[in-house]
Amino acid sequence: MLKTKLGNDLLRNKWLYIMILPVIIYYIMFHYVPMYGAIIAFKQYIPAKGILGSDWVGFKHFEDFFSSIYFFRVIKNTISLSFFNLLFGFPAPILLALLLNELKSPLFRRITQTITYMPHFITLVVVAGIIRYFTLSDGLINDVIALFGGTRTSFLQQPESFRPIYIISEIWQQIGWGTIIYLAAISGIDQQQYEAAKIDGANKLQQIRHITLPGILPTVMIMLILSLGNIMNVGFEKIILLYSASIYETADVISTFVYRKGILEFNYGYSAAVGLFNSVINFGILLLANYFSKRTSKNSLW
Amino acid sequence: MIKTSIGERFFDIFNNLIMVMLIILTLYPMLYILFSSLSEGNKLIAHNGILLWPQGFSLEGYKAVLNNPIILNGFKNTFFILIVGLTLNMTLTSLGAYVLSRDNVLLKKPIMFFIVFTMFFQGGLVPFFLIVKSYGLLDSLWSLILPTAVSTFNLIIMRTYFLAIPKELEESAFLDGAGHFTILFRIFIPLSMPVVAVLILYYGVGHWNSWFNAMIFLRDQELFPIQLVVRNIILENDNANMIGTTTLLQSRDVAETLKYAAIIVTTAPILCLYPFLQKYFVKGVMVGALKG
Repeated sequence: MLKTKLGNDLLRNKWLYIMILPVIIYYIMFHYVPMYGAIIAFKQYIPAKGILGSDWVGFKHFEDFFSSIYFFRVIKNTISLSFFNLLFGFPAPILLALLLNELKSPLFRRITQTITYMPHFITLVVVAGIIRYFTLSDGLINDVIALFGGTRTSFLQQPESFRPIYIISEIWQQIGWGTIIYLAAISGIDQQQYEAAKIDGANKLQQIRHITLPGILPTVMIMLILSLGNIMNVGFEKIILLYSASIYETADVISTFVYRKGILEFNYGYSAAVGLFNSVINFGILLLANYFSKRTSKNSLW
Repeated sequence: MIKTSIGERFFDIFNNLIMVMLIILTLYPMLYILFSSLSEGNKLIAHNGILLWPQGFSLEGYKAVLNNPIILNGFKNTFFILIVGLTLNMTLTSLGAYVLSRDNVLLKKPIMFFIVFTMFFQGGLVPFFLIVKSYGLLDSLWSLILPTAVSTFNLIIMRTYFLAIPKELEESAFLDGAGHFTILFRIFIPLSMPVVAVLILYYGVGHWNSWFNAMIFLRDQELFPIQLVVRNIILENDNANMIGTTTLLQSRDVAETLKYAAIIVTTAPILCLYPFLQKYFVKGVMVGALKG
């Protein structure tokens, strides 16, 4: 019964299936085969033997990772970097959107938007270059510090300044672009609510608190779930462009560790295990965030 | 009668001031790079502190960039990736979006799940690297084109757009004897130019900016895309040997401005285009978010 139904469907829609075939092949080749390839996390991978031919070693790589001195360090760095980035980076565009919305001059508002969106389009390579030049011991920031009588420090060599550098540059690059979605949510709020509030004597702050913020709350929740789902995926390309051995103490996160062990040191099985561990945790957090949000506010991804 | 209280007027002034400060903070790093790129190398090295205009004026940095074979080669490779990559991106994305926006396709839901699942779970960097290697793509520009042929996010944006196209158009085209390929490329794509523009921009910016895959997949310097070349100039300070036959002192001066000129040359195309394309980008964010 089901078989004939499927057969009929395949026959009737055969051109549609032919059309989507290349897309399916792409997903198999570049997403599902690598997913399957993650089994090398449980193998002693030897290039000559290939992925299938290498010997199984069970959870050895995972045990090695959990008991290594790096385990605690990379987990701590990943979570703190993400957490502080979320703490400061997540509210920033919401705040900016609220302020932009209150600007009286439409022209000035448009100019501000256009300019603050710009850094989003600067490539990471260049952003990292700017950060490097500015934080050099004879760079701009140090020149200014020296002007006020401070002492020069090479910031990118100091473990304690890595997180602020990462987060401030992240906000610089994304604050404007991040407002788009909130500005759209704000523009969807019924204007009559503001009129009514004004008649009742509500001031600007009260209007923002009681109308605008509740109005954009669903959008904020969705964006928060998405960010939480990415908490173990810190922007590792930027870290690779910025870090050096002297600041691994705070800058080395799971994904940079995987990159170094796997691609640079050819520890394939081991780093695949670390990567898989990361993917699984990530997926779990996303499910959890989504479930939690569904329970409390009925906003969810699916 | 609208009264503006003193508090509100104070808020407006304060708000405008914050915006002006934000504009300065956003623009200044970019202006700093621009001023440096136009400066004379020796004066720039001697200069300390905030730059408000170029130190002296010289286009040596730009000359060095435009005469540099590695940088020019980088542009050539990036353009190849852009042209071939975008063609493949747009073809596959529209095929997928079309099929997944049809009614009465029994396997539509499973296929959709199969595609969306990859947004939430990946095999990881190392298996990805080994698989691409096993396909024989190492040290070939195809390693930068094929693995990123479809972006799930963009596919969903296009599908959402296609879903809004009236069913009657498709039905009457069928009655006239048109097949699915004709309907897609003759009716759907021309009707979807805004979303096509958005996706070309998204994919294009992605290709233009990408360097990480090039770094892990390519050994041959001849194949490096522009971003990887710029990264090497900025991070590895090996520009002495990139400038070639100049005296040591002169090359140090030129090397100083070359870095900045290289940044400007690779960033300017997008920043100059972007204000004109802003509304398309913004539209893309919105379409993506509606689905999100």
